[in-house]
Amino acid sequence: MSTHERTITIRDAINEALFEEMERDDQVFLMGEDIGVAGGVFKVTSGLLERYGPNRVIDTPIAEAGIVGLAVGAAMTGMHPVVEIMFCDFTTLASDQIINQAAKLRYMTGGQCAVPLVIRTTMGAGRRTAAQHSQSLHAWFAHIPGIKVVLPSTPADAKGLLKSAIRDNNPVIFFEDKMMYNQKGPVPKGEYTIPIGEAHVYRSGMDATVICTSSMLYPSLEAADRLKEEGIHIEIIDLRTIKPLDERTLIKSAQKTGHVLVVDEGYQSFGVTAEIAARITEGAFDYLDEPVRRLGAADVPVPFAPALEDMTIPSADQIYSVIKTMVS
Amino acid sequence: MDRKNQEELPSDLTKEQLLAMYRKMQLIRGFEGTAKKYFEAGEIGGFLHLSVGQEAVPVGTCSALRKDDYITSTHRGHGDVLSKGCEVKRMFAELYGRTDGYCKGKGGSMHIADFSQGIIGANGIVSSGIPIAVGAALSIRMRGTDQVAVSFFGDGATAEGSFHEALNLASLWQVPVIFVCQNNLYALSQPWSHSARDGNLVERAQSYHIPAESVDGMDVIAVYRSVEKAVDRARSGDGPTFIEARTYRFMGHYVGDPGAYMPEEEQEEWRKKDAIAKLRRQLKMWGYLTDKVDEQIATDIEAELQDGIEYARSSVIPEPREALNDVYVHFDYLGRPLKEESNHA
Ligand SMILES: Cc1ncc(C[n+]2csc(CCOP(=O)(O)OP(=O)(O)O)c2C)c(N)n1
Ligand SMILES: [Mg+2]
Repeated sequence: MSTHERTITIRDAINEALFEEMERDDQVFLMGEDIGVAGGVFKVTSGLLERYGPNRVIDTPIAEAGIVGLAVGAAMTGMHPVVEIMFCDFTTLASDQIINQAAKLRYMTGGQCAVPLVIRTTMGAGRRTAAQHSQSLHAWFAHIPGIKVVLPSTPADAKGLLKSAIRDNNPVIFFEDKMMYNQKGPVPKGEYTIPIGEAHVYRSGMDATVICTSSMLYPSLEAADRLKEEGIHIEIIDLRTIKPLDERTLIKSAQKTGHVLVVDEGYQSFGVTAEIAARITEGAFDYLDEPVRRLGAADVPVPFAPALEDMTIPSADQIYSVIKTMVS
Repeated sequence: MDRKNQEELPSDLTKEQLLAMYRKMQLIRGFEGTAKKYFEAGEIGGFLHLSVGQEAVPVGTCSALRKDDYITSTHRGHGDVLSKGCEVKRMFAELYGRTDGYCKGKGGSMHIADFSQGIIGANGIVSSGIPIAVGAALSIRMRGTDQVAVSFFGDGATAEGSFHEALNLASLWQVPVIFVCQNNLYALSQPWSHSARDGNLVERAQSYHIPAESVDGMDVIAVYRSVEKAVDRARSGDGPTFIEARTYRFMGHYVGDPGAYMPEEEQEEWRKKDAIAKLRRQLKMWGYLTDKVDEQIATDIEAELQDGIEYARSSVIPEPREALNDVYVHFDYLGRPLKEESNHA
């Protein structure tokens, strides 16, 4: 690691982004359940209440529709709210404000307003919290024009992308995988941002492409490491943003390797994997040696028992074997 | 207030103010009638929810507001936005789906907004403008201005969760918002008694510790006075107010709904309370309005409405490609273009 970096967790990287953006802009404020005194259930907002006080770090009652509705109103009238929804499973209660209001107000009013709102929320299974606290619902929001959807996988990306999200004039939903908060990685010192809408070629390779989102980067890397020992070189692309989608990078890679697997923790049906498969088929059909393969969460509610839950989420083993069948 | 007092010459409103209210109520009624005519003629499409009968509520309310105060409105919002300052011609252009409409033809009847006058949107989702208005009020407090935010909504909206969350949050944080419920006794086909067991909205708001009163929504002066008090309270930092204005929809839910579920006798009874007729009577009694001036007002409004229709008809139909614009803001917080555009294949 260079002297311009340190190793910190995703939790700390997000926390730093919030500190820096609140410092930069007085209009930025935080709102959410248990984010102040408690510092958030995942401790991501620790220290912010002490530093910025209760007028800018607002502990709210349990009222997702109300909180997001207020944030929409505040965003349209000159403020930059950053709302935390504890689990993305709870965005269902605020879905009207996200889908019918935040996403559409600019368009419906003929471009008269902007809604510079960020909703931070958590996704991901693996914590043994069963069907209502483990979903990955990012594809839902990517379906809606007018919203941006970001889902970083590394500390450096989490920090840089959250800063971009807060500076963006559009509603951005920022998904944090709850199992990755302790994930460590190098983060540049000092000010930087990462643009929304750019995928990251995490590792380059010639034999096959794995396109992944959020925490699915890690089993993908594990599988790629094993394949490397067998002389198979995998290109790994971390999407980082699913809306807007960096099609160009994906298609270029598909054209190069001719074999593509998409891995995402959302339900497999009608989700991110399907959309990416379609885009690659449209953009690189003549270069493909076989259909685009997909691994998503099993189409069942996330179960509680570890033996059951683990079975529903794409694993390094699955990724490994799918790629083996592809390239052999 | 007894009848005698009510008919007394108001000392808090000038002749000009009262005539402006009268004119505005007439304008709204004329607007709705004209919109209906051209809707039925097939020139205007979509849904058309008319506010005929309810004019006193938005006119009384907005007469107590400043240009920089905010309002949110509903599917039945023509009267609300006209009262806050929208122009007839650009509203018609919007109803006609033309480029000169307030929303460039992208919103239509249910979504008229004019941010330059604090009209931060009418809304097609029942109750969803209420938390948005509370958010605007929160923003007012954070930015330290003395604006206020008004949320207009119907009786039907009070059964939605958003209504209750919004009242609770407004009360908790004491933000400068005024809830104006236009209780026209119907939510589509459902009478008020089917929306709430007790029907007492004042008590309901008070249970959130929000000062509340019910006013005669067929009396523009009563509405104005109630809102004016609420505005004073909000501007001086004393938090939200809830106002129920009892009123009546003289027509069906939208153009095309005959409103067969509204009993004839009930309709007749409310028509007798018509707010425009009432103010006309009062203005004449106070010597503020002659038959001649009254006729002149009617003629002027008729001309304004006809001009508005002509303006809408001759406004350019949007280029189909325009459908793809205004989804996102394409510049960052410093006004620089966003980079992402280049990644779309
Ligand atoms: C959330 C939602 N549910 C249902 C509807 C369909 N709808 C439109 S207006 C309306 C009645 C609303 O009644 P009220 O709030 O009293 O307003 P009014 O029509 O009387 O002005 C209904 C059911 C809607 N637009 N939004
Ligand atoms: Mg009603």
